[in-house]
Amino acid sequence: MITVENLSKHFGPKVAVDNISFEVKKGEVLGFLGPNGAGKSTTMRMVTGYLPPTEGKISVGGADVVDSPIAAKAKIGYLPENAPLYTELTVQGFLNFIGELRGLSGAELDKAVNRSMDLCHLQGVRHQSVDTLSKGFRHRTCFAQALIHDPEVLIMDEPTDGLDPNQKHEVRGLIRRMGEEKAIIFSTHILEEVEAACSRAIIISGGSVVANGTPDQLKSKAKGSGSIRFQLAGIPATTAKSDLEALNSIGSLSVDREEENTLRGVAFPNSGQSARASEEIFNYVSSKNGLLQELAVVEGRLDDVFREITSSDTEASSSAA
Amino acid sequence: MNSSTCRHIWTITKKELRSYFSTPLAWVLIVVFLLLSQGFAFLFGGLLEYQNASLAAFFLYVPWIFMVFAPAVGMRLWSEEHRLGTMELLMTMPISPWHAIMGKFLAAAVIVFVSLFLTFPVLITINWLGDPDNGIAFAGYIGAFLVGITFLAVTGVISALTRSMVVSFIVALFLCLGMIMSGWPIVVASIDGWIPGLGQKLAQLSVLTHYNELTKGILVSSDILFFASVIGFCLYLTAVILKTKRA
Ligand SMILES: Nc1ncnc2c1ncn2[C@@H]1O[C@H](COP(=O)(O)OP(=O)(O)O)[C@@H](O)[C@H]1O
Ligand SMILES: [Mg+2]
Repeated sequence: MITVENLSKHFGPKVAVDNISFEVKKGEVLGFLGPNGAGKSTTMRMVTGYLPPTEGKISVGGADVVDSPIAAKAKIGYLPENAPLYTELTVQGFLNFIGELRGLSGAELDKAVNRSMDLCHLQGVRHQSVDTLSKGFRHRTCFAQALIHDPEVLIMDEPTDGLDPNQKHEVRGLIRRMGEEKAIIFSTHILEEVEAACSRAIIISGGSVVANGTPDQLKSKAKGSGSIRFQLAGIPATTAKSDLEALNSIGSLSVDREEENTLRGVAFPNSGQSARASEEIFNYVSSKNGLLQELAVVEGRLDDVFREITSSDTEASSSAA
Repeated sequence: MNSSTCRHIWTITKKELRSYFSTPLAWVLIVVFLLLSQGFAFLFGGLLEYQNASLAAFFLYVPWIFMVFAPAVGMRLWSEEHRLGTMELLMTMPISPWHAIMGKFLAAAVIVFVSLFLTFPVLITINWLGDPDNGIAFAGYIGAFLVGITFLAVTGVISALTRSMVVSFIVALFLCLGMIMSGWPIVVASIDGWIPGLGQKLAQLSVLTHYNELTKGILVSSDILFFASVIGFCLYLTAVILKTKRA
C-alpha cells in the first residue's frame, strides 16, 4: 500500500531524513518511533505529499506521490502534528468542508460526516465553534477529518499527543481496529503505544532507520533479553551452580543469592537458546528432586532498546548543536 | 475548466466567505467602506447638487479607499493558514494548489463586489433626482472593481509570505499606495524631471492611469488587459511562493 524507497530530505545543509526505505501493507500498523528531531514528521510530510522529497520514491496505493499527487492524496487520511484546524468554523462545518474537498456531496457527505463524528465521539459538539473546544475535542475533530473518506491509508503524526490517559487508550484501540483493513503509519515517542497498537515498528534516529521489526523482535534486541531468572531449593547450592554452568545451552551464570540449599540468579543462554535453556534447567531440577521456585524468561524492554539505539545519536547531535 | 475544478474552487470560496462573515471583520470593513466612499462623495462632490460631480468624486476616491480596504480584506487569506498550521491540511487534500488560490481570491473578490454593489442606492437616488450618464457610471464601477481585486491579488502575494496579518496588511498597503502614486501626475512629473521618460513608463504600470481611462466611460480592452495581467501575475507569484515555502 505504501512503498518508500531511498527517501531523503535536505533543508539547506541539514539532512533531516537520510535514505529511508520501508513498506506498509494493507492490514499493517507501522509505528514510527524516534526521539524529537529524528525526522518522523518530515518523513510523513513527504509521504502525504506536503513536502517534496529531495531524493527517493514514494508510492501510495500504486500512485506516485510526486508524479500524481492528487491520486495519491485521495487515498490518504492525514492527521498532522498538533492537529491544526480552521478555528472560525464549527465542528460540522469543518468536517463538511474537508468532506467536500474529498469529493463527497449530498447524502453521501452527510453520512460520512456523521460516521466520522460517531467514531470520534463528536456528536455532542457538532455545532460548536472549533475555537471554543477543549484540546481533546480539537484533536478528535482533526482525527475525524482524517477518517472522513474512509481512506485506505492513514498517516498520523503523534495521534495521542496531548490526550489524557483514557483518550490515549481509546485512540490506540481505534488505530488497532482500523489497522485490520487499512495501511497505517503513526509516529510516537511513547513506547507502550507501539506495543499496544503496532504490528511493526521502525526506530528512526538522526534521519535514518536504526531498527525495523515487530515489537517482539525489537524487544529481543535489548541487553539481557532472553536471559532466565531462576530460584531453586533442595539441591546443595555449590553443586547446583556447577551443574547449571555445565549445561549445553547456558553460556554463563550470575548468582544473586547462594545459601546452603537455595540458589537464585540469572542464567544467560547461548544465543537463540533461551527456550532450550529453560527446559534444561527444569529437567535438571526435577532429576535432582529439587524444588523450582522461580523460572522466567526475561523479556527485553522496548525502553532499553530505544535508549541503547538512539542515545549515542542524540548526544552526538546535541553536542553538535 | 471541468466540473471538479469548479466544485473545488467553489468549496474553498464558500468556506472563506463563511470565515469572513463568522467574525465582525467583513461586516465592519463593508460598513466602513460605505461610510467613507459616500462620505467623500458628499463632502467633496456635493452629492445632491451636482449629480455627475458627486459620482465623479466617488470614483475619484475609490482607489484610495481600496488601498486600505483590499489589504484589510486580503491580509488573512494565507497568513491565517500559516499561523494555524492548516496549510498542511489544505495542501494534502486531493486538489491542486490552484483551486485554493482561485477559491480564496474569488471569496475576497465577492467582498469587494458586495461593497461596491451596496453603493447602488446612491446611483438610484441620483437617477431619481437628475439625469446622470449611466454609461460612465457603469464603466466607473467596472474600473473600481478591477482596482479593488487587483489590490486583493497583490495583498494575496504578501500574505502568502508571512504568518503575520499585521505585516501583510502594512506591506500590501504600501505596495498599493505605490501602484496609485506612480500614476499621480505630480509624482509622474517629478520622476520625469529626475530621469526623463521614466515617470511616464512607471505611470503605465500604475492602476490609476488605467483606472482613469475606464472612469471616463471608455472600456478599452488594453486597460482591462492591464488589470487582468497584474492579477494573473500576482496569482502565479502566490503559487510560486506557496510552493517554495513548502520545499
Ligand atoms: N522546514 C524546515 N526547515 C529546516 N529544518 C527543518 C524543517 N522541518 C524540520 N526540520 C529539521 O529536521 C529535523 C527533523 O524534524 P522532524 O521531522 O520534525 O522531527 P520529529 O518529527 O521526528 O521530531 C529537525 O532537526 C528539524 O529541526
Ligand atoms: Mg514531529
